[in-house]
Amino acid sequence: MPADTEVQPIVEMRGITIAFPGVLALDGVDFRLIPGEIHSLMGENGAGKSTLIKALTGVYAIDSGTIAVSGSERRFEATADAQAAGISTVYQEVNLCANLSVGENVMLGHEKRGRAGIDWRATHSEAERHLAGLGLRLDSRSELGSHSIAIQQLIAIARAMVLDAKVLILDEPTSSLDRGEVEQLFAVIRDLRDSGVAILFVSHFLDQVYEISDRITVLRNGQLVGEHLAADLPKDALVAEMIGRELEDLAAISDRADREIDRTGTPIVKATGLGKRGMLEPADLEVYDGEVVGLAGLLGSGRTELVRLLYGADRAETGEVAVDGTSVRIHSPRHAIDHGIAFSSEDRRGEGVVADLTVAENMILGIQARRGWLRRVSKAEQDAVVAEYMEALGVRPADPHVPIGNLSGGNQQKVLLARWLATAPELLILDEPTRGIDVGAKADIQRKVAELSEKGLSVIFISSELEEVLRLAQRVIVLRDRKAVGELDAHEVDLDGLVDYIAHSEEGSVSR
Amino acid sequence: MSATDATTTTSSASGAGAKGMIGTFTSRYASVLPTFAAITILIALLAGAEIYFGNFLTGRNMSALLLDNAYLMVLAVGMTFVIVTAGIDLSVGSVMAFTGIFGASLFASGVPFVIVIPVMLLSGVAIGLLIGVLVQYFNVQPFIASLAGLFLGRGLAYVVSLQSIRVEDPVLLWLGSTRFTLGDFYIAPTGVIALLTVIVGALVMHFTRFGRTVYAVGGSEQSARLMGLNVARTKVMVYVISGLCGGLAGLVLTAYTGSGYPRNGIGTELDVIAVVVIGGTLLSGGRGYVLGSMIGVFVFGTINTIINFMGAEQSWTHIIVGALLLLFIVVQRAIVARSDRSR
Amino acid sequence: MRILRHRLFWPAAALVTLLVVNTIANPNFARITIRDGQLYGNPITILRDSAPLMLVALGMTLVIATRGIDLSVGAIMAVSGAVALTIIDDSPNPGSVGTVVVAVIVAVVVGLVLGVWNGFLVSVIGIQPIIATLVLMLAGRGVALLITGGEITTVNSAPYKFIASGYLIILPIAFFIWVAAVVVVSMLERRTALGMLTESVGINPEASRLAGVRSRGIIWSAYIASGVLAGIAGVIYASNTMAADANSAGYLIELYAILAVVLGGTSLMGGKFSIAGTVIGVMTVQALEKAILFLGVPPAQAPVFFAVVVVVVVLLQAPRVHAWGRAAGRRMGVGAKPRTDDRKEVAA
Repeated sequence: MPADTEVQPIVEMRGITIAFPGVLALDGVDFRLIPGEIHSLMGENGAGKSTLIKALTGVYAIDSGTIAVSGSERRFEATADAQAAGISTVYQEVNLCANLSVGENVMLGHEKRGRAGIDWRATHSEAERHLAGLGLRLDSRSELGSHSIAIQQLIAIARAMVLDAKVLILDEPTSSLDRGEVEQLFAVIRDLRDSGVAILFVSHFLDQVYEISDRITVLRNGQLVGEHLAADLPKDALVAEMIGRELEDLAAISDRADREIDRTGTPIVKATGLGKRGMLEPADLEVYDGEVVGLAGLLGSGRTELVRLLYGADRAETGEVAVDGTSVRIHSPRHAIDHGIAFSSEDRRGEGVVADLTVAENMILGIQARRGWLRRVSKAEQDAVVAEYMEALGVRPADPHVPIGNLSGGNQQKVLLARWLATAPELLILDEPTRGIDVGAKADIQRKVAELSEKGLSVIFISSELEEVLRLAQRVIVLRDRKAVGELDAHEVDLDGLVDYIAHSEEGSVSR
Repeated sequence: MSATDATTTTSSASGAGAKGMIGTFTSRYASVLPTFAAITILIALLAGAEIYFGNFLTGRNMSALLLDNAYLMVLAVGMTFVIVTAGIDLSVGSVMAFTGIFGASLFASGVPFVIVIPVMLLSGVAIGLLIGVLVQYFNVQPFIASLAGLFLGRGLAYVVSLQSIRVEDPVLLWLGSTRFTLGDFYIAPTGVIALLTVIVGALVMHFTRFGRTVYAVGGSEQSARLMGLNVARTKVMVYVISGLCGGLAGLVLTAYTGSGYPRNGIGTELDVIAVVVIGGTLLSGGRGYVLGSMIGVFVFGTINTIINFMGAEQSWTHIIVGALLLLFIVVQRAIVARSDRSR
Repeated sequence: MRILRHRLFWPAAALVTLLVVNTIANPNFARITIRDGQLYGNPITILRDSAPLMLVALGMTLVIATRGIDLSVGAIMAVSGAVALTIIDDSPNPGSVGTVVVAVIVAVVVGLVLGVWNGFLVSVIGIQPIIATLVLMLAGRGVALLITGGEITTVNSAPYKFIASGYLIILPIAFFIWVAAVVVVSMLERRTALGMLTESVGINPEASRLAGVRSRGIIWSAYIASGVLAGIAGVIYASNTMAADANSAGYLIELYAILAVVLGGTSLMGGKFSIAGTVIGVMTVQALEKAILFLGVPPAQAPVFFAVVVVVVVLLQAPRVHAWGRAAGRRMGVGAKPRTDDRKEVAA
């Protein structure tokens, strides 16, 4: 049904460029959407997908380029402008108001009005009509916050329908949905497509992309790599376009990681039955001396939850942790640090850097916190730490006295790595250390991890880029649906095998 | 609520039986609970006072409750709008003082009420607009922006006059001193103004798109913006409304006392915030009711009256209100913590 | 060091300008005379009278650095002053140094206890600082009124009066008290790691927690410091008036203190703080008050001027105004500017 390129695109973006301080997020990208087709936007983290979406929805102003909707050029100053032009978005983190009712969220700004203001009865029945159109039978007057994320996502789509959207953007809509919910969502999307809506779909699940897409556009490092019909683009070609040259640069690292770990002794850290209701079903984890354990799974699979419980960032309800064979109680990050565990969060900005403090202060924060406020890390000690890590990790700019907030993401990540290495941990937990940073810094960080583990540091490494996990880890634990579902020897599995395992390890069949 | 709940949502909505009803109730009306708590406290206070004193629940007493607190009620309506957007307005007490004394001095120089009253309201609006613009367009924290409003209002009040000014205008005196009676009960025009303000406020909050946007902004400003709502205008407007209420309260208080006084309303902003919170509005925004704030005013007034009856120090009022405020905040905190966990 | 100088340049320039204007408007302003080996004159009065505000603003600086705010300082002043004067009033020997020492210690301890209470509500229960301290702001004056029995207790005690109006060598005692407080607080914050950890907690509480910082204790300590300093301020204020006036002691001082902190360049968003900046800020507020007085404006009308100052200061800090400044420099449109904030967040 799609593929007729003679049809006039509903959206045509040309030469879109957006620069952030220090980063060229989009570099002259062309992109188009054709009515009645589902178009997937693919790329690694940091490739520019979300920036492109935000340009199209009026969240960001573009530095150069043009956006035309239905053939006429538009300039979006705010989301409302984009919505008025018929472009609606459903975000991964549902952007609705949890304090309001379901019906209100669907209708907000478009409530049915009678003579005496809003006619709630009509508004709710209209909302229920739109919800029913998506196969949802909900109490329109119930509070949004009382529903699951999956339902909220569908409610957000219902809202887009109220706005009479001609273009519907779905940004990672499936990341927290189970299989049945995905089917329900896809059915809705296909119906919309058939009624002539242009759909922009973003997901990092390749299977889902192939299942639903008519057309695929690939971005890499802020540039357009190519636009293809889904049927004409084999999966490995897609992956190659997304990843690019990077693989070759990093081959050396994977050689270093390719070694045998002695697992006969006592593990450095051993967690048994670690779990918390609503976060993670009880899971086991062992890490040995000098071992890199990779956690693989999709966003929301429980990989982050597992390490947060281990680190005491969230308090576990069940399970035990033993460090060097001794049972310990970890109720807060402090306890974990005292037992030689370090944790670098996936949320660099929110949970990592202290933006207004200098690079040097950020580096010593871990040591200082451990010592308490009374014994200050002296100037000399601070200089020693800075001298040791600035150079070794290649932090740029090499001035330790600038606020860390001025550094690029990759350099911030290096400083955070230094913060933890300075505390001389026995186990280093890195959650998405390479997310959203440039290729060079990615390689630097992976090289450092390989080097440190060779010297005996134990590491838990989490990344949604599975190549990285396979490259660095000797053992991979796979999580799905908030559950640890299996363990693989990294030497004996390749990328396809791992992807397959993440997708199917237990279920007999998954629709393709 | 966990995953199981999501999958059963379809059935539970239509599901009958007591459990289903409770589920429907809590999923629909959880945000009303703090206001119910305020009503319960009010009833307990009134019943307790009646049992203790024997002559508390009289028409005179109840009527005085409205009359004495009419200005507070007007201010509480405006403050509810502001707090529901997760803002705060410290300027209300001094705006009331300024508009009150300004009006009184205009009356004293013989300006007719058809001009004076709009001027009073507009001066409140002007200060509210200043605060709103600072908050919305210059990213100034509401606390600081309204602090500037507080200083400005108080200073201007003293610029108008350092002493109190008596008002002789017949219309204003009529507003303050007329009593419509019904048996033991009576109500003054100022009381009518207060109740009308509450009603209009409640209707605007519940039945206009603007009112719903106020809630949306308080629930999640970012979401509201991404939903294409006019967040900027809404945020400015709530401070303008609060300023308007400040002007109206100035009118009500001037009519009630028969004079303007630049020292009126010192510390009133705190009373108003306390009253709004006790009435069930969450300081973190997104939840709250104008009618709840009215209940809060009655709780405040009742405590005052009880202390009067007991012949105790007036200072107890603020100690008790402070304690009550603390109680409500802790309860709200627990509610918020629970609903966070359930997600 | 270069950054520090930069931070304090504008606050200091504002203060100097104000002093120069004052001196030009009224040459008497800067005159200092010596009587009985003691210095007198407007500058000395400013140094003396700024003691309560200085102490309160010091505590406020620490609290604001943790992303908090302490509205209860005025009420704490009222309580501590009432406690001190009531103890002296009730003692058989109000003029003895022993009585005064006991009164002062008890009053400061009361301030400490109230600070502990505020800190508990904020750091343990997790209530928003504005609200947590609002409770005490409301109830505190009521408590002070109860302590004084609703009257304005006046006492006669030479040693107590000495605290506010006495001289040590050539300068007022009150001046030495606040200088000592500034030195002690600075040492405590900057010679230990408390200052850096406080900033860390103020800038990014969650990152600090994950880095192992015991943020609860640090936040709590800021409120305790604020309570203690407000307690001392209450003692000095009461010594100045020699009357425990529960209603007017420390009235609006929380707002002036916040203003002084902001004038000194510490952001209300928490994080980086400057004690030197706060000292400059307090001096500026005091000098402004004097200037208004010199202009013949009744003190009651002074708030109008403060309102203008607050507006000017916050406008100077506003990102939009900075953007305008840059845009004017580059002659670029301002259309896209309001969204620069969003962009920074993403790019960071």
